[in-house]
Amino acid sequence: MKRNDGRKVDELRPMEAKTGVVKRADGSAMFKIGDTIAMASVYGPRELHPKFLQNPEKGLLRCNYNMMTFSGSGDRVRPAPSRRSREISLVTQNALLPVLNMEAYPNSVIDVFVELVQTDAGTRCAGICAAAMALADAGIPMTDIVSAVSVGYLKNTLLVDINAVEDCDLHATDIAVACLPRSGEFSLLQIDGDVNQKQLVEALEKAKGACKKIYAVQQKALKEKYKK
Amino acid sequence: MKEHIKKLLDNDLREDGRKLLEYRKNIKVEYGISPKSAEGSAQVTIGDTVVVAGVKFGVGTPFPDTPDEGVMIVGAELIPFSSPDFESGPPSIVAIELSRVVDRAIRESGCLDTKKLCIKKGEVVWTVFVDMYPLNDDGNLFDAMSLAAIAAMKDAKFPDYDKKTGKVNYTKRTKTGLPLKGTPLECTVIKIKDKLLLDPSVEEWKALDARLTVGFLDNGNICAMQKGGEKSLSVKEISKMVEIAGEQVKKLRKVL
Repeated sequence: MKRNDGRKVDELRPMEAKTGVVKRADGSAMFKIGDTIAMASVYGPRELHPKFLQNPEKGLLRCNYNMMTFSGSGDRVRPAPSRRSREISLVTQNALLPVLNMEAYPNSVIDVFVELVQTDAGTRCAGICAAAMALADAGIPMTDIVSAVSVGYLKNTLLVDINAVEDCDLHATDIAVACLPRSGEFSLLQIDGDVNQKQLVEALEKAKGACKKIYAVQQKALKEKYKK
Repeated sequence: MKEHIKKLLDNDLREDGRKLLEYRKNIKVEYGISPKSAEGSAQVTIGDTVVVAGVKFGVGTPFPDTPDEGVMIVGAELIPFSSPDFESGPPSIVAIELSRVVDRAIRESGCLDTKKLCIKKGEVVWTVFVDMYPLNDDGNLFDAMSLAAIAAMKDAKFPDYDKKTGKVNYTKRTKTGLPLKGTPLECTVIKIKDKLLLDPSVEEWKALDARLTVGFLDNGNICAMQKGGEKSLSVKEISKMVEIAGEQVKKLRKVL
């Protein structure tokens, strides 16, 4: 099967990654996959305000996903948080939590801000990739880096890293996953569409392999900063 | 920190070693940083300050008092992504002032011919959204955003408009740019005690007594101005600040 952008079925779009892109943040990163550009900055652990949210037993991971108003392919995106962006903020948080030890930060918050500069599907996954790198860049201990990708079925063909045409115009089944590359476990799983159990397992295995490739890109970018 | 800044200034010194009227050296404008999504975009770097601006087109009905003119809306959001000083939530008064000051220079200069944004008089006109975000706030967002906004507008190309359906086809971009005549640009001079400074850092900005942002047309005339800060300014000081800003704007315009 030929994809609209000429890729093989299991081929990821070209990736670019960079850390330390926001000087005033404690950690930051840019992750680009195809035409989707995500940036993440991390502040903290810092004191949590308002104070009544503070928990002496563990810290809070607070993620905020936002599309810049000009980052959509159609009309201008409204600047206020939408239901969609709030849900993505939540699942981003849950995708990252398994690798963090929040008990180490009583009464504190780690803020992760994800901004999309340009979008071409796979934005939550790109955001998670950038966020994981930004957390590592901030020197926050993690048991693993989180890598994420969205795979999908188009007429029963499994495609890796679906783009906007495949997602919106061709209505591929969209399976967004985040994978912890070392343990092979998943910390994000969302499906829009129609798959059977066999297809799901096949898709997860495929996604795991793709995440390994993404992981290599993330790792390289993190090391780059310390190379002279 | 404020006291430290003031003490340094007694000897005409700044925290980063610059002279009082010395702008940071690495000023850069990159066009098309979101080429696929935004119809126009630009990133401006001044030292470690980085801001982006993007232009989106839409169609809507004109205002009743200007039935044959399109609409321009300039906005700035101070995202907590870019600084530990910014918080989430509705636009702060700082963000509102910032976007209105940048808007004023562009609007009042008349550089955007809004009559050319009219599709059908009294019914359909183009709306041009110019939205700005800091990526890293290391001071002087006013100047950086003024540069970024006009740069993104220069970069913008109209999307295709289907007169039959009345819809914008964003996937098809025309070769027509915005009807721009001129590049209004703003420069800010701040006053701390009796000293005037250009291109303030975040800490200097926090310590300022008064500030003046001046917008200039290409011919050197003033098209917009905003005084800020809690202290007053004399005529002599204002004219000195305008002069300093005017000289700097000429240099800034060269990077566009």
